[in-house]
Amino acid sequence: MSQPKIRLSGLTKSFGEKRVLDGIDLDMTAGRSMVILGGSGSGKSVTLKCMLGLLVPDAGMVEIDGRDVLKMPRREREALNDRIGMLFQNGALFDSLPVWENVCFKLLAQKRITRAAARDKAAEVLAQVGLAASVGDLSPAELSGGMQKRVGLARAIASEPEILFFDEPTTGLDPIMGAVIDGLIRDCVQRLGATAVSITHDMASARRIGDEAAMLHKGRIVWTGPAAELGHTGNAMVDQFARGEREGPIQMELRR
Amino acid sequence: MSAAEGQDAVPRPAAGGAAAMVLDGIAAIGRGVIGVTRDLGAVTLFAAEAVSHLVRPPFYGRILLRHFIEIAYFSLPVVALTAVFTGMVLALQSYTGFARFNAEGAVANVVVLSITRELGPVLAGLMVAGRIGAAFAAEIGTMRVTDQIDALTTLSTNPMKYLVAPRLLAASIALPLLVVVADILGVMGGWLIGSVRLGFASQSYLSATFNFLQFADVLSGLVKAAAFGFVIALMGCWCGYHSRGGAQGVGGATTTAVVASSILILAFDYVLTELFFAR
Repeated sequence: MSQPKIRLSGLTKSFGEKRVLDGIDLDMTAGRSMVILGGSGSGKSVTLKCMLGLLVPDAGMVEIDGRDVLKMPRREREALNDRIGMLFQNGALFDSLPVWENVCFKLLAQKRITRAAARDKAAEVLAQVGLAASVGDLSPAELSGGMQKRVGLARAIASEPEILFFDEPTTGLDPIMGAVIDGLIRDCVQRLGATAVSITHDMASARRIGDEAAMLHKGRIVWTGPAAELGHTGNAMVDQFARGEREGPIQMELRR
Repeated sequence: MSAAEGQDAVPRPAAGGAAAMVLDGIAAIGRGVIGVTRDLGAVTLFAAEAVSHLVRPPFYGRILLRHFIEIAYFSLPVVALTAVFTGMVLALQSYTGFARFNAEGAVANVVVLSITRELGPVLAGLMVAGRIGAAFAAEIGTMRVTDQIDALTTLSTNPMKYLVAPRLLAASIALPLLVVVADILGVMGGWLIGSVRLGFASQSYLSATFNFLQFADVLSGLVKAAAFGFVIALMGCWCGYHSRGGAQGVGGATTTAVVASSILILAFDYVLTELFFAR
């Protein structure tokens, strides 16, 4: 069996008394799109942040192309980020910069491109996510939620990364805009031939953008399989989550 | 043995009351000292890391220039007004005070020394702390709570290099320049009141000012200003960088940045004055 693009082994993370990740083991195949599902507080965002190097796990390994990124020197880790693109849940666009500078931020910051060339590049990438070149001159604050997601996606793909991470890509969007964003994600991932990792609790989105899926519950992976099977996996937890049923093995923890 | 039993095994004064209160008081002081020491160490490491980025490429000249203009140019009105009025009040106060022992002739000397050595840098520092320290904390704090700082990391950009280092350098350069303006306008404020209101001959007031002034007086003020600029930017960046909890957290960070930098300006002023002028 070929080596996975990303491998998580025994990933553990606690915040104070609360153990958020309890030994995550998960492989992500190169060129495929993995969707990590889970309810609120299940540890999805923490898993993603550990993969991105934004959080340091208490134990375990995050391997990319067979190398443990947690043990990499900082400079090497920063170089690895050149091969990664990330779409944040709220866009996380820099509101002190116009849209075109946001889109080409990485290229400009690393002086891989002149400012004049960056404007043209931004227009080209904005077109790939269905936005007009004139949007490049706007401030992020002038954009709707859907447009901010598109600009966030444009920023993620501008440097043509090998790995793309998506954090709740459709949260806060209406169903039609959610489907549009999912379609763009799918197109971008296929065009770049990238490995994609998304976290979401939107089942429709998971089916649209995922080749494979994994279910996270109480800090553990409880199921992995094809995304197309979601809803009829035979796993009671996954099926309850996919159908949004109140009754089942997953019980909401209510504070009284 | 359980943890609870272990805790019970720690000897405590049998008589609760006064002894327990004294111990609780000492424990609270100890916690406070530990907390302050920890924060001081963390701020020092933060500053050291930011300064280390000033000498390592890549350099963000455009960002540095933007912050420099924001601090130096846009703080000019508030610093100028503060300096002019301070010089005017100082001339008036020292004249009425010195008149009690017939020393009115020292007004020009007192004004120029007070402005260049102390009031110019300190008041400019406090004004800039209110404007820039708060702005830095609010901007970086908002970036923290909206994931923009995490986004910088994922875009292969070190947040310390991009956000903190240029602000520290810009403030350290801009504040001495503002203080040069404050010195000139403060002295002019004193001259205006001296010549128009207090009856000094304009030429003799200016002669008394410049004959008495030494280069070291101005230089000490400029060195203080550079230190104050560094402290203002450092506290603004530190508080913003470590803000948590949405709008309330950012608001708290902004307040803390202004209060902390104001107090540190006064504390540093004393330390630097000791270094420059203590005999």
